[in-house]
Amino acid sequence: MRRALFILPLLTILLMAGFFAWSLTSGRDPASIGSVLVGRPAPKLDLPALRPGEPALTDAALRTGKPVVVNFFASWCTPCLAEHPLFTRLAEREGAVIVGVAWKNKRDDALAWLKKLGDPYKLAGLDLDGRTGIDWGLSGVPETYLVDGQGIVRRHFRGPITERDLNDTILPFLKGAAK
Amino acid sequence: MVAELGHFALILALAVALVQGTLPLVGAARGDDRLMALGRTAALTQAALVIVSFAALTQAYVTSDFSVANVVANSHSAKPLLYKISGVWGNHEGSMLLWALILAVFGAAVALFGANLPDTLRARVLAIQALIGVGFLAFLLFTSNPFERVFPAPADGNGLNPLLQDPGLAFHPPLLYLGYVGFSVTYAFAVAALLEGRVDAAWARWVRPWTLAAWCFLTLGIALGSWWAYYILGWGGFWFWDPVENASLMPWLAGTALLHSAIVVEKRDALKSWTVLLAILAFSLSLLGTFLVRSGVLTSVHAFAQDPARGLYILGFLIFVTGGGLALYAWRAPKLASQGLFQPVSREGALILNNLLLCTLAATVLLGTLYPLFLDLLTGAKVSVGPPFFNATFVPVCAPLFAALCVGPFLGWKRAELWPALMRLRLAFIVAVAAAIVALTLIDSRSMLAALAFGFGVWLIVGSLAQLADRVRTRTLRNLPRATLGMIVSHAALGVVVLGSVATSSWNVELMQVMKPGDRISFAGYAVQLDRMDEVQGPNYIAERATLSVSVGGKPYTVLQPERRLFTVQRRQVAETAIQTNFLRDLYATLGEGDPKQGWVIRLYLNPLAPWIWLGAALCALGGFISLSDRRLRVGAPQRTRRPLAQPAE
Repeated sequence: MRRALFILPLLTILLMAGFFAWSLTSGRDPASIGSVLVGRPAPKLDLPALRPGEPALTDAALRTGKPVVVNFFASWCTPCLAEHPLFTRLAEREGAVIVGVAWKNKRDDALAWLKKLGDPYKLAGLDLDGRTGIDWGLSGVPETYLVDGQGIVRRHFRGPITERDLNDTILPFLKGAAK
Repeated sequence: MVAELGHFALILALAVALVQGTLPLVGAARGDDRLMALGRTAALTQAALVIVSFAALTQAYVTSDFSVANVVANSHSAKPLLYKISGVWGNHEGSMLLWALILAVFGAAVALFGANLPDTLRARVLAIQALIGVGFLAFLLFTSNPFERVFPAPADGNGLNPLLQDPGLAFHPPLLYLGYVGFSVTYAFAVAALLEGRVDAAWARWVRPWTLAAWCFLTLGIALGSWWAYYILGWGGFWFWDPVENASLMPWLAGTALLHSAIVVEKRDALKSWTVLLAILAFSLSLLGTFLVRSGVLTSVHAFAQDPARGLYILGFLIFVTGGGLALYAWRAPKLASQGLFQPVSREGALILNNLLLCTLAATVLLGTLYPLFLDLLTGAKVSVGPPFFNATFVPVCAPLFAALCVGPFLGWKRAELWPALMRLRLAFIVAVAAAIVALTLIDSRSMLAALAFGFGVWLIVGSLAQLADRVRTRTLRNLPRATLGMIVSHAALGVVVLGSVATSSWNVELMQVMKPGDRISFAGYAVQLDRMDEVQGPNYIAERATLSVSVGGKPYTVLQPERRLFTVQRRQVAETAIQTNFLRDLYATLGEGDPKQGWVIRLYLNPLAPWIWLGAALCALGGFISLSDRRLRVGAPQRTRRPLAQPAE
């Protein structure tokens, strides 16, 4: 009995460590506060095209029956730079439909940024005054939404997406929804 | 070139640490003098190598060597020199190197100052210390190499997180680490004692200076962090029960309990296995704090790059150190026999009460910090545990702790009478009650609790002074043992902290107002006028600065100039509060968003006794340092007959 008392601290610590290991490997993101948008129709999208000469970006782009990745970005945002190659890969290798929204960004700056880094966006809009960002519940850039073919938001990432998000969430989503 | 030297020195340090972590242990088990002596040389060599490595990284920062990836990610050529230097530890890799550095330096200190330790104990302590070092050095080299190069080198760096560009925060991590890592020595002593199978008064006396030093640094580190939060986050608060603040508070509570329980081991040869457990836990909680900050399992204001792979490594290390220590504890501690029975009313009885309460507090903080994580994992529910939980659970446990704190020192060892001790405190009691009544009637009649807490603060100060008066009656102040004087100072300082926190959080006045230049408002007896708004160009930021002139009764009193700085490299805004203090209250102003048409948002706070929080914390640490200079720690314990070295440790 007395002996058991001395083993108790060890057991407590091991139990805690088990929880931590579970937490680390579960891929859970403590920063995710969930998004009220998930499971609901995507908010309105009605923006002038970023690239001159293209048609305006509207809700129709989200209801084509094909899943869409919507990415809010800005040329002045460093984390956007970090996630950019992942989108490029997603577009080039996987042929995903990515809709970009330049948020609170001057058109020329955003275009120059895309010209320099490559342009993965099939469609791109310009949200200069940030109004659309408000409708979408943006807390900053970058944020990324996965929208299914019917225009329902299925997933919301705040902050830059990572390699892991791409492999574990985005690709399975695109494949699953395409079926 | 220098970066490669630093990298190489780090690899060598790992090799030396491996030697130091194994051979002296073998030596101690076999009674081999030469192998045991190796521990000392290795500890000094390892420290020298890590110092070289740290110096190399510092050099890369100071000269803005942008071919080093770590410098690129965290520094910028336009940064002031102080922040180039503090940038060394303002990031994950560099701060881990600082950990390793402090760890090695503590190891070297044990080697240098541990001449009075028995050879086997010293060899084992140094070996355990080195094994911890191996963990950190390997972590650095394999997952977080600070010396990685980039090619081609960019023209300039990304700059340090603007929030960290602040004198308060430049020194906060080193102090905190001195505390965290200091407990590694205590841990090493505990594990060595378990290996030796012997914990006695001499052991308690040897461990004491290390615990005290770590505790003092941790106190200062926490205070500095809280001070930083107070003036930079701009909310007027000083403690937010943020997971990372909690992470530093838990080892502090465990360390405080350890300081007190070790006294019982020293004086009464009892409470041994409990003290050893606390020594293991204090360091384990320090590691837990590091794990929580680095692994990304919790969110907090402390935005280190979070990476699950690193998290898993630290977790593995945590399990190794904590689990290893506690497994050894489960195996060996039952054999540590304690002497004698305890009378509940006695000095040791009071110290046990102190330990129970402090550990309850630590457990409360642990639960509050980890509960959201556990709940999220088990049910997926997101909850936030914040001040309401801690105010309801932490504060009530403080009441009996504070009440007993002044009584304990009046009780004698072994057997004491409660009533005479209380009678000696009657004056202090009357003063404390009077203070509570004054607070209730004159300051704020709505908050009973604040008045009560205020009374407790006064009780701690006056009760400690009563203790001082009592001691000086029998011997002069000069003859008072430093340990006693240190205790009195620290106990009274705790009262100062309590007074400051209670007054600031309960009786502060705040006002938020949109103002245009020329506008004038009255605030808590002051007339505040926004004179003008300026654009200011700093070394690596541009700022908007408000000039607020404050006057009392028509006479100019002071000028406050809060700023909002935009750090150009990171495009991040940081508020720079303006604080005018007279040590009885802070006049605190922050500048919010605004423009010339609408006006600017100005927030004003009057925080009574706010400076006492940090003053008290500094005094508390000072008490620890006074105690550290006690003669008995320098001369060491009276040597018992030394066992012949050839005898095995068992």
